[in-house]
Amino acid sequence: MIAVIGLVAGVLIGLVTDVDVPQFLAPYLPIAVVAAIDALAGAMRAMLEGIFDDRVFVTSFISNVLVAAFIVFVGDQLGVGSQLSTAVVVVLGIRIFSNAAQIRRLLLKA
Amino acid sequence: MPATTSDAVWRRLRRGLTPRASRAQAVTGLLCLLLGFGVATQVRSTQEADFSTLRQDELVQVLDQLANRADQLTAENAALEEEKAQLTDKRTQEEAAQQAAAQRAEVQGILAGTLAATGPGVLVTIEDPSGQVPAATLYLLVDELRNAGAEAISVGSVRVTAATWFADGDGGVVVDGVLLTPPYHWAAIGDSQTLQGALGIPGGALAAVRTAGGDSQVTVSGSITISVVKTVAEPQYATAIE
Repeated sequence: MIAVIGLVAGVLIGLVTDVDVPQFLAPYLPIAVVAAIDALAGAMRAMLEGIFDDRVFVTSFISNVLVAAFIVFVGDQLGVGSQLSTAVVVVLGIRIFSNAAQIRRLLLKA
Repeated sequence: MPATTSDAVWRRLRRGLTPRASRAQAVTGLLCLLLGFGVATQVRSTQEADFSTLRQDELVQVLDQLANRADQLTAENAALEEEKAQLTDKRTQEEAAQQAAAQRAEVQGILAGTLAATGPGVLVTIEDPSGQVPAATLYLLVDELRNAGAEAISVGSVRVTAATWFADGDGGVVVDGVLLTPPYHWAAIGDSQTLQGALGIPGGALAAVRTAGGDSQVTVSGSITISVVKTVAEPQYATAIE
């Protein structure tokens, strides 16, 4: 519940405060957001499996975001930034889907 | 591995959704707050859709597309301009052709007697109280007027054209099927001095009228209006050669 409230509050703050994405963060924020969504889906699944651990969640959340951003950064330096961004998004998308499928199986047994 | 029975799963979901002041919930809420903030910021900056968030190669791509599009539009513009010039040219030609046609129609209308005409000329009245002037003499007058350059001629209520015929009638002359009785009122548009001079030639048409027992008056006028027109029938046998 607190997670949902936090999410909604974050969206509202983001909409109300007119924060511009800093130039150096602009290529990484979308990837970081996708990585965070992936971590959140993983956490949801872990909670339903009864193995949720807040320390694991925090570290996975932060490391997911950082690794994703780092991969894109390295890609930018190598001149394959947009391709690597696509690769990261594809991988994270697959993970989000498989986590969502697992959550569905746990909740609905289907 | 903890149990994953349906009951256990739903129980965990309920427990997870129950607000509690635990460290796990606080941390989760905080990270979710961060995530929500990131999503909202990113969505807004995407919707603004300016180019500041694009990479260099993407910018180059956009620039290429723009250049291509500009080239296409320039080419299209040139084609349309050319078409417009052609159409304008065509219209000018058509207008000129139309003007020429209208002018020609006017000239031919006057010559064929289908249009009313006005201009300088002479008015001739031929008195013939005794009815002695024959049609041939009147026709001679027409010839004389034509030779003197008359462009439009009328006698009485008849427009005289190339096809006009004269015949002796009962108490007058028949012109184009219309019986005219004296006095005959002629009007002729042309160079009035030439017309007057031509009519006055000794042994000419007016002299013939006098010989036949008639009399004539010639009036020079700066502005004569011949409003009598002739309806021209469609040629029945002849067609034009293009």
